[in-house]
Formats: sequence, C-alpha cells, structure tokens
Amino acid sequence: MIVRGLSARGLTKVFGGLTAVNNVSLDLSSGTVHAVIGPNGAGKTTLINMLSGDLAPTAGSIQFDGRDIVGYSSDQRSRMGLGRTYQKTNIFGSFTALENCRLAAQSRERHALSMWRSTRAYPSLEREAERALAAVGLEQRAMAIAGTLSHGEQRQLDIAMSLATRPQVLLLDEPLSGMGADESASMVGLLRGLAKDHAVLLVEHDMDAVFALAEVLTVMVNGCVLASGTRDQIRASDEVQRAYLGSAEARGG
Amino acid sequence: MEFFIQLLNGIQYGLLLFLLASGLTLIFGIMGVLNLAHGSFYMVGAYLAYWLARQTGNMWLAIPLELAIVFIIGLILESTLYARLYHRDHLHQVLLSFGLILIFEELRSIFFGDDVHGVPVPESLKHSIPLTSTLSYPVYRLFISATCLAVAGAMYLVIQKTKIGMTIRAGSTNREMVQSLGINIKLVYRWVFAFGVTLAAFAGMIAAPVSSVYPGMGSQILIICFVVVVIGGIGSIKGAMVAALMIGIVDTLGQVLLPEFSGVAVYLLMAAVLLWRPQGLFKVA
Amino acid sequence: MLVLGAMCIALVPLTGATFYIQLVSKIMILAIFAMSLDLLVGCVGLVSLGHAAFFGVAGYLIAFLSPKYQAASFWLTLPAVLMISAALACLIGLLVLRTSGIYFIMVTLAFGQMLYYLFHDTKLGGGSDGIYLYVKPELSIAGSKVVDLEKPLQFFYFVFAILLGVYFLLRRILVSPFGHALAGLRVNEQRMRSLGFPPFPYKLGAFVLAGMLAGLAGYLSACQFGFVNPEILSWHYSATVLMMLILGGAGRLYGAILGAFAYVLLQELLASQALLGSLAKHWQLGMGVSVVLIVLLLPSGLASLFDHFGRPRLAQSGG
Repeated sequence: MIVRGLSARGLTKVFGGLTAVNNVSLDLSSGTVHAVIGPNGAGKTTLINMLSGDLAPTAGSIQFDGRDIVGYSSDQRSRMGLGRTYQKTNIFGSFTALENCRLAAQSRERHALSMWRSTRAYPSLEREAERALAAVGLEQRAMAIAGTLSHGEQRQLDIAMSLATRPQVLLLDEPLSGMGADESASMVGLLRGLAKDHAVLLVEHDMDAVFALAEVLTVMVNGCVLASGTRDQIRASDEVQRAYLGSAEARGG
Repeated sequence: MEFFIQLLNGIQYGLLLFLLASGLTLIFGIMGVLNLAHGSFYMVGAYLAYWLARQTGNMWLAIPLELAIVFIIGLILESTLYARLYHRDHLHQVLLSFGLILIFEELRSIFFGDDVHGVPVPESLKHSIPLTSTLSYPVYRLFISATCLAVAGAMYLVIQKTKIGMTIRAGSTNREMVQSLGINIKLVYRWVFAFGVTLAAFAGMIAAPVSSVYPGMGSQILIICFVVVVIGGIGSIKGAMVAALMIGIVDTLGQVLLPEFSGVAVYLLMAAVLLWRPQGLFKVA
Repeated sequence: MLVLGAMCIALVPLTGATFYIQLVSKIMILAIFAMSLDLLVGCVGLVSLGHAAFFGVAGYLIAFLSPKYQAASFWLTLPAVLMISAALACLIGLLVLRTSGIYFIMVTLAFGQMLYYLFHDTKLGGGSDGIYLYVKPELSIAGSKVVDLEKPLQFFYFVFAILLGVYFLLRRILVSPFGHALAGLRVNEQRMRSLGFPPFPYKLGAFVLAGMLAGLAGYLSACQFGFVNPEILSWHYSATVLMMLILGGAGRLYGAILGAFAYVLLQELLASQALLGSLAKHWQLGMGVSVVLIVLLLPSGLASLFDHFGRPRLAQSGG
C-alpha cells in the first residue's frame, strides 16, 4: 500500500510588512498525527490555510501524492484527497446532520451537477453520509437539524462532513475549541481512531489532547518553527518549555 | 484644436465624475454600504443650485448654504436609515437606496416639475478664453476642473496626513480594532456618509450651469459613477481618479467620434478591465 | 395553502371582466420573471441588477422573429428565443461571475445598461420608440390551433399553466443535487470549496437557467402587449423585480409569486385616481416609501407572515 503523504517545504507568507509564516517545513504521513502548537498569533491558521488552498503562499512548495499543489485551488485539493475543518464551526445549520454529510459526499459523485432527479434518488450518497456520521458517532442524530445540535456535536458533524469526502489527509484547525471535559475526551477518542487511516495535521491549544494524540510535533512562535520532533523530544526541550509549554500549563492549557 | 477642446471637456467631465465617484467609493470602501441613491444627491445639488440661484441670484452665497443643507440631510438619512443596514445583506441595501431614488425623483417632480431648466453661469465666470481666432474655451468649465482638483487635493491631504484620515483608513480595514481604541466608529461612519453625499451634491451644483437640470440626471450619472468605481477598485480614491479621467475622456471623445456607440463604449471598457482584473485597477486591502 | 392560492388565481376569469383577466395575466408573467430572479437572489445569493436584460432581449427577439402581418410558429420561436437567451446568459455569466458581492451587483447593472443602450441608441430595434408585435405566435398542432393566444381567456390559462410548470420545475431543481449545492454555496461558499465543490459551474448553471426563464417571461410579455421598448431592459426594471422579491420574500419561490401580485396591486392602488386624485401621478413616491418600510420592518417579505404554518424551508438563510 502506498503511503500517501503531504510535504511542505519553506512555506512563507508575507502580508504587506508582516511575515506571518516564515520558512516552515513539515511532513504528514498516513497513520500519524502531526500536531502544530504555539501561542496565538504564531501563524498556525495561516499555515493551515496555505496547505488547504485558502491562501496562496508567498514562497515555498507543497507536495501531495508526488505533485506540487501550490497552484491548485482549495476545491481542487479537496478532490485530490485533502480534507479540512475550520476553527469556527462551518456546518449548514438549517439542514439535518444527514443532509450536511450527504451534500459533502455529493462532491465526489458525478451526479453533483444533476438538476433533474431528487437527491433521494441517489442511495449511494445516503450510504456515504451514514458511514461518515457513524465514523464520528453521530448516527443517532442523523435526522436532527444541524443548528439544534450541541456545540460538541456540531464540531463532530464538521469532521463527519470532511470524512464524507473520503480524504487521505485531514487538516484540523482546533477541533476541540469550546469543548468541555467530556466532549473533549470523546473527540480525542474519535481523532485517535481517525489517525489510523489518515494523515492528520492537528492545530490545537489543548495540551492534554495534543500529547495524547500526536507522535510528531512542530512548535511555532512568531511565524517560525521553534522546534520540531517527536512527542518526547518536544516535551523534554527546554526551549519549548520556556517559550510555550510553561505558559500554557500556567493557563491550564 | 477641436480635438483639444474635446479633450479638455473630457478631462472636465472626468474630474466631475471623480468628485462623485470618490464619495461613492469612500462610502463603499469604508462602510461597505451600497448606496444607489448617490446619484439622487447629485440631482438634489443641481436642483438646489437652480432654485437658490433663482431665489438669491447669487451663486457664491448659495453654495455654502446648499452644502450645509445636504450635509444635514445626509446625517439624518444615515442615522435613521442606512445605519440599520450595515449588517444586512446587499439585497436590502440595494432596495432601500432604490426606494430613496424613487422618493427623491417624485419629490423633485412634485416641487420642480418635469421640465428641463437652465441654470445661469455666475457673472464673474461668464467669459471665455480665446484659443484660436474662431474658437474659445469657457472659463466656467476651467473653474469646474480647478475646483475638482482642489477638492481632490484637499481630500488627499486629509486622508493621508491627518488623524481623522488615519482613523478612516483604519476603520475601513478593521472596524472592531478602531472601536476598541475608544473611537466612536458610528460617528465616523455618519460623517463619512454625510461628507460623501455632500460631495455628490457639490458636483451637481457646479455642473448645473453646464448640464442643465432635468429628470433622470441622477440615474444617468449614477451608472457611470458605478463603472468608475468598479474600474478603479472599490475603496481606492486613486483608482477613482484614474478611472474617472479615463471614462471622462473615452465618453466625451466617443460621443464626438462614434455617437451611436458611445453609450456602449464605457461598458465595453469596464468589461475589458474586469476580464483582466476582476477587482478593479487598484485593489484596496 | 399553495393549492388555495392556485385555485384563487384559476377562478379569476369567473369575474368575467377582461380587465382583470388581462391584469392577472400580466402579473403571472411578472411572477415567472420574479421566480427566475429568485433563483439567483434567494437561492444562490447573487443579487443581479441586470436581469431585465434577458427579459427585454427575449421580447425583442420574438418581435424580430415574427413576420410583420403573420403569426410566427410558437413551436419554432419559443425554443429559439429560449436558446438564445441561454446563450446570452452564458456569455454574460462567464464575465460577471468572475466577480462577487458588491462588484457583482454593479457589473450586472452595467451589462444590463449596455444592452439597454444597444437597443435605445441604435437602429437595431426601432430605437427608443420600440417595435410592435402585430400578430401573436400561433400555437397549433397538425394545422389546427390548440390555444388561441389572441383570446385573453385562453392566453390567461396558457400563462397559468406555464406559471405552474415553472414553479414545479424550479421546486424540483432545488431538491436535486444541483439545487442542494446551490443552497450550500449560498450559505458558506468557503466551506463548500473545502468540501470539493468548484463554485463556478454551479453559479453559471443557475445564471443560465435564470436567464432562460427570464427570457420565457419576456417572450410571453411581448405576446401579451404586442409591443416592446428599451425600458424593459433598464436597471430600473431590474430593481423593480427585486422589489417584488422583497415584498413577497426571497428564497421561497412562492414568495416571488406573492411579491409580483403585491407589487402590481400596490401600484394599481397608488396610481388610482379614484382614491388619490392628483397625487396618483406620483405613485412612485408611495412605492418608494413602501419599499423603504418593507426593508426596515419586514425584510423577509409577506411570505414570512406565513412562517407560522409549515416547517423551515431549505433555501432560507441559515448555517
């Protein structure tokens, strides 16, 4: 089985006079969770935006499946196998959970441009949607209107939607944000399960979750990579402790 | 020489368009509000000039008075109507301002009727500068151009060099931040709006002796104004100047050289620019 | 509830007065026009100020295609007009859909005006005077007339049938995969892109469909009045149809139908000399005030008053 991966080399983003991301490189491979941590304003979201295609880099390259995808739009990258979630929950509130996932799954089918037949006439879409909901544990809530789900459930739905597109790579921007202890625990379990078949990039502030999930970590400060390595290496690093982890723990991480 | 005269006319028209377009692009760029009624203020200015000229017979007196009237109207309209639309979608903004257009047009019809009226050029500016033995150029048109340039220069100075200008520039990119600095952004918006529509009225006032006043003058100039703003880039005053001059010259020369297609020429120009740069010539952050 | 409304419309001819029959025919044609715009505005979120261009061009087309004192064939002219409308919409769509938001509004306005000036300033279609359609198209199968468009009553039911047809067609499209994608794009385009949907083909598809249906309305309108002039291409007219949408409620197709009725009835009311005497001449004042009030007080239109019955609709704002 080919191990599909995403590699970024020298990614840089300059806005006017501000360098938001400076020469960042990282690798993602299937079966591994790679976490990117750092204080607010470190450039983590800008980095994800460049990987997903929402923002064009000023410099650097991104390789996926052996191809340089820097010139590709975000929808093209999604169709190639890149899925992402956003910091802000981005579901379609007036549809049901199932309809949300069904819409996501539609992008992979040839019938997406079909105007004539009702979506109910495409059982394969429904099956995909059910599969995605089950993968995140929301199958009981399939018929609930998405806007009425709890915050944690909505974040799960967000991930389910991305899963419905059958991605190889998952770029997750703070999936645990706004979650209480119970919800966080089940999300961590969910993510651990996902990591087995996907290459996962995780941007997170919740340090417990990060150390529970990630084998590889990259620490960013002010747009630059401060340190990058395995979980133990990073935990042991004095530099990282001073710059970020110490203050994070003091905040209650 | 004929060509030179037309070129001067084109530049004058362009500078007038700039006055209008700069107000429109400021309101768009800073407040994100689409105001179709901008052209109506041009009309209001022109009709006020016509009316006050008849009442007082003195243009120099009339102008400051009219500007004050329009400014106050602008403040009132912004606080009662437009302020409620900042967070609403474009459809509502379009329709509110369109409703205002209808109201302005009918009020004009009620108070001034539907005929075309001439507005006299003030005595002091009535003469012409001779260019050749047979052709001369009206001083009043040069006055229009000069006034527009003066306003443009003043606006540039205010926006680039003063604290108010900085606030305005900051407010257009980051409203929350400006608010958190203790500056009342709502008040800034109100004044920017009133200023913008006053600019439009001023343009109407000084243009009235040249263009006469007639029904539909507001709508006509509005569309061209939009084209200027789109070509120049929303929010960019520099863009408004470049685009306004371009359009002023193209339209004026077009009417002389190819009268049947001059109406279309301006839109073809816009289509061409947008194909090349969908956000206008000068994109603002 | 919709059945009730449909029945009311169907029963109008019972009043016997030709005036009402023709008025409601006119309203129904406007309703088709409004529904086509609702597809763009309410369902995709694209506010177009140039939509009347498709309506007007179609009207001119059927006038051109009709021989001067003879009836043209309905079966030939309608598909021709629809196809040309679709082609025009495709061409314009390829250009205007490169923009979004405020730019899109202004660019559609400008293109609409371009076409307006084309018909107004050139000799293409009789200039500002417009041109006449002396004999309405003939709708016959195997030599015998199926529907006589010259007779107001038959025209009425013919238009009614088309109105229902367009309504159900659009309803069906909105529950198709294409329609769901449009709804998603309206709510959150960035999310849709991150799921793999390229926005452009969907928007273009909607734009072409909307243009085609506006052309259908224009065709019927020219048939009814026997006359077209450039004003039906103006942005004023485009804005008027937008007014109908907000009166009735954008995003739910029946809102467009409601809005068309509301607008014309309001206009008739404001312009009636019997009620308002000399002020009736300035009915646009009342119309302007009404629009301002609706935007401020009832932005979701009359249809939102019926929200208490029935479940939330798919094409509403949400997410």
